[in-house]
Amino acid sequence: MAYSDKVIDHYSNPKNVGTLDKASKSVGTGLVGAPECGDVMRLQIQVDEATGIITDAKFKTFGCGSAIASSSLATEWLKGKSVDEAVKIDNMDLVEELNLPPVKIHCSVLAEDAIKSAINDYRVKNGLAELVFEEKGVH
Amino acid sequence: MLKLPIYLDHNATTPMDPRVLEAMIPYFTENFGNAASRNHSFGWHAEEAVDYAREQVAKLIGADPKEIIFTSGATEGDNLAIKGVYEMYASKGNHIITCTTEHKAVLDTCKHLEKAGAEVTYLEVQPDGLIDLKELEAAMRPTTILVAIMYANNEIGVIQPVKEIAAIAKKHGALFFTDGVQAVGKIPVDVIADGIDIMAFTAHKMYGPKGVGALYVRRKNPRVKVTAQMDGGGHERGMRSGTLNVPGIVGFGKAAEIARTDMEVDTARISKLRDKLENALKQIDESYVNGNPAHRLPHVSNISFKYVEGEGLMMGFNKDIALSSGSACTSASLEPSYVLKALGLGDDLAHSSLRFGLGRYTTEEQIDFTIKAVSETVLKLREMSPLWEMFKEGVDIDAIQWAHH
Repeated sequence: MAYSDKVIDHYSNPKNVGTLDKASKSVGTGLVGAPECGDVMRLQIQVDEATGIITDAKFKTFGCGSAIASSSLATEWLKGKSVDEAVKIDNMDLVEELNLPPVKIHCSVLAEDAIKSAINDYRVKNGLAELVFEEKGVH
Repeated sequence: MLKLPIYLDHNATTPMDPRVLEAMIPYFTENFGNAASRNHSFGWHAEEAVDYAREQVAKLIGADPKEIIFTSGATEGDNLAIKGVYEMYASKGNHIITCTTEHKAVLDTCKHLEKAGAEVTYLEVQPDGLIDLKELEAAMRPTTILVAIMYANNEIGVIQPVKEIAAIAKKHGALFFTDGVQAVGKIPVDVIADGIDIMAFTAHKMYGPKGVGALYVRRKNPRVKVTAQMDGGGHERGMRSGTLNVPGIVGFGKAAEIARTDMEVDTARISKLRDKLENALKQIDESYVNGNPAHRLPHVSNISFKYVEGEGLMMGFNKDIALSSGSACTSASLEPSYVLKALGLGDDLAHSSLRFGLGRYTTEEQIDFTIKAVSETVLKLREMSPLWEMFKEGVDIDAIQWAHH
């Protein structure tokens, strides 16, 4: 299967690979997927507590090119957004931007899950209630 | 100059040897006759060419030419052998023994027969990929009519103890069928010495054309028969009807002849390159060679690079190097290789595997390029892998409650 140029670009030059201090109160960490399924994503956000703006985002992903590209693109989109805006990132936006074929849609769902999981981690650390999200179907 | 891309997927198919193509060409044009046309020279020429090819193919496996049934390929051969024996020997029993790492053409044929009333035992393999002969012995029943175990595995290249398997089958009065696709033409296969009763193999895995294969069916000690699976003109001793693919068969014959004459030299060279590749890649931390190293095809290496995913890994070099991954992220099922899982590998290691299949035209320069590209990509992806980071921090990844989906 041929990959889109955008997937190849994110795979070859991934943006924001790295690790933030997961113990920090201003960092939210989402770890989703499973090694057995061939995809594990860890996505982290650094939030400015005063403004609620995501100032930095990092990822590490074990997975195929589409999974790496989805998480790389997600971190790009997260930076500069408020936490409330970030919640609204939809996996289909990632699918569209990266031209993911149907068999790779689960990669984008995983990235969306990672964002939400990171946001909830941040919320819980800061005394806020976890947001409840609807299931996005099978990955 | 190194020409890219490099082909290292010779278990999937092989390029045709130019000598094979040359032998085939006249049989598309001037010698186009139907080998079954008995009353004119066009037919005689075609029949003569087929007879010669049958001798070449038979010689490669130590068989008599009369024991070679030409087919469309090994999938047809597997079907014809297993279904044909099941029908022909129905009065003797309905039990078949096979193993979990067989090719789908064998496994799915067995499943098909189960619906028709067959009883099938699927032997597990040991962690090195070989079956346990004691388990085979224990699985034999008075109703066992067929033992179907592959000669060599397509994913990991392990060579099963064929002679011992044949002896056990014979002792219990069952026939022994082997899928010889990956072995024939690569390593010495002798149906008499090995005790094989029926064997399927194919031309395109040995530098011949696609769309032509053969089924060896033993004619004495014992005389074996299989029920035809296609009705028609009764070609190939009544076991396989259909006008013979004369150019394909001529090519198959030539490919078999070259495989026989060049095998020793080819194998020595290719296995040296395989060892060079494998020894270099084994130097990478947390890399594991899959399958029994002592009982293995000389041109195959299957390696898991823990904490990186196979398809993601291939993407790092697949514009330059063609090979296969045990990961199945491309398929909707997300299931990794059932062969690697049958060895007892965790899904994570199965997802992290690459299969290198070297061949007649593989060069040292290509192997050096591959070593470098694969090593660099593994290291790059590990820097990107959360699992690698956890491993380095001493986190027990197996103890994490992963959300399964």
